[in-house]
Amino acid sequence: MLKYTIRRLLAAIPVLFGLSIILFAFVHLIPGDPCRSILGQHASVESCNRLRENLGLNDPMWLQYIHYLGKLLRLDFGASIINNKPFLVEFGVRFPATIELAVAAMLFAVLVGIPLGRLAARHTQGAIDGGVTIVSLFGVSIPVFVLALTLVFIFAVQLQWLPTQGRIDPRAAVRLATPTGFMLVDTLLGGRPDLFVDALRHLVLPAIALGTIPLAIITRITRAAVLDVNNEDYVRTARAKGLKEQRVDARHIMRNAWLPVVTVIGLQVGGLLAGAVLTETVFAWNGVGRYVVDAIQNRDYLIIQSSILVFALIFLVVNLLVDLSYAYLNPRIRYS
Amino acid sequence: MTAPATTVPAVAERRASRGLWSDAWRRLLRNKPAMLGVVCIVLFVGAAILAPVIAPYGPLEGELSNRLLPPSPQHIMGTDIQGRDQYTRILYGAQISLVVGVGAVVMALIMGVLLGALAGGLGGKVDAVLMRSTDVLLSIPGILLAIGIIAWLDRGLWQITLAVAVTYAPIFARILRGSLLALRESDYVIAARSVGAGGGRLLTRHMMPNALTPLIVQATLVLATAVIDIAGLGFLGLGPPDPRTPEWGTMLTDARRFLQSAPWLVFFPGAAIVISAIGFNLLGDGLRESLDPRLKR
Repeated sequence: MLKYTIRRLLAAIPVLFGLSIILFAFVHLIPGDPCRSILGQHASVESCNRLRENLGLNDPMWLQYIHYLGKLLRLDFGASIINNKPFLVEFGVRFPATIELAVAAMLFAVLVGIPLGRLAARHTQGAIDGGVTIVSLFGVSIPVFVLALTLVFIFAVQLQWLPTQGRIDPRAAVRLATPTGFMLVDTLLGGRPDLFVDALRHLVLPAIALGTIPLAIITRITRAAVLDVNNEDYVRTARAKGLKEQRVDARHIMRNAWLPVVTVIGLQVGGLLAGAVLTETVFAWNGVGRYVVDAIQNRDYLIIQSSILVFALIFLVVNLLVDLSYAYLNPRIRYS
Repeated sequence: MTAPATTVPAVAERRASRGLWSDAWRRLLRNKPAMLGVVCIVLFVGAAILAPVIAPYGPLEGELSNRLLPPSPQHIMGTDIQGRDQYTRILYGAQISLVVGVGAVVMALIMGVLLGALAGGLGGKVDAVLMRSTDVLLSIPGILLAIGIIAWLDRGLWQITLAVAVTYAPIFARILRGSLLALRESDYVIAARSVGAGGGRLLTRHMMPNALTPLIVQATLVLATAVIDIAGLGFLGLGPPDPRTPEWGTMLTDARRFLQSAPWLVFFPGAAIVISAIGFNLLGDGLRESLDPRLKR
């Protein structure tokens, strides 16, 4: 297991290397005059010179790249060109909000998707299976932001059951300290169960919007995986020797069906990060997704560059963890 | 001696290919969800092609006095903040989604097939380098790569097409490489090699036809996500540079502010995207089932 882990970590190095080259090119090879692209058509000569100096654009290209790598290794991700705020601090402040949203979305997807998939597999070709298939078809066909707007319209505007946007009622939470940045944790730490409920209510719609695509995919995969294992000889044997259906389900079917399900859950993390960009825009959710969108609108290239790098890092780490858990669940993997 | 040698495989090949494709075609026609998908796609493509003929107004023409009208016989999908007919704009919006979506997928296929065939066909170091490169692109999750490319190249239809294409090309490359590697060890390819078929002929005549089916299926499914991604880019303000362009995602951004007062402005463009995506998803699933009879469930 340790050997496998080390091998996987080593395999990630060339990917990170390639990524750093692409992202370096992203900022340093902007088509046209980088100063004009970054600061706009009406930038003064002095501010242009200052920017060139800051970005080291006057050095030869290979030296610029070495500098960039050196900075990355020192965890220096640069600062905004617009307001000079350091990337790492700004990103760090917003990150818990995105994690909270992504975890809630994933919980929704897993806790609803797996039972739905198992249900559909148990009643194949029936009305239940048909219904589940239609739900998962809609899930993969509806854009996150269209679903988000629809949910807001139904549950916030029309029924007024849930708030339209934000993470918490700003008037009620004026003096709430946010040491962790996780609203659900901070409200409890601050001894405000009323605000905890409020934060939870704010979380429901964004989590459903973001979680629906993974829900649809997890449902499909679970259904397929259960059906796949269902036809195995050992499952028939287990039934033939008179085991209760529940026991066959838990001990014989699900143990093997977990493998593809775990893999696909891991694969959804990238989609969650990308979907968070759109979901946070609709719900005015102050996370890293909105940070990226703001950076795009301000043409804050360094922030876009560093954000993409960090998103990719998170994605790589999660995929590594998934592969390791996969190797743990399936001993055959380790020796291949 | 040469005559039978050339005719025999030719006959065998023709029969084999007619069998595969016509069987698949017949299975597809019997597949009701796939046919429903085709209906959705016909609606989408028909809207795009016939927009100039059937649209009751021009996509940019509107009277401010007619703004935010609810659906009525004159404007069956209502009007937007500038009094433009939304039905007209959705029809013209289909043109953009279709052209950019199909363009992006075709471009991604070309890039992916080249990369995948090189990697899977040559193997060795070429394969290692190309696959590490796709790893790099795939490490940037989904729409973020497209966002980065458009932020870099500036906004525009070409840029969107390229951005979406680059996002999906590595997936096609991987699929093709995977099937080529598997086929390389298959009995019939070994047989063809042993009777002296060369590398190029082996790749184009024997391996590619069988490696293509997963690509066709994936390309159809990717068309659905491409339409969704294009709208997503528009929604984030990265759509066509002219803000008046009737692009579905851009229309939704504009409509957000009127969710309470004019919900039809969100409902109809949203439905247009969903119907197109459902069409390609259903057809893709149907193609998968009909092209791979083993997958029968």
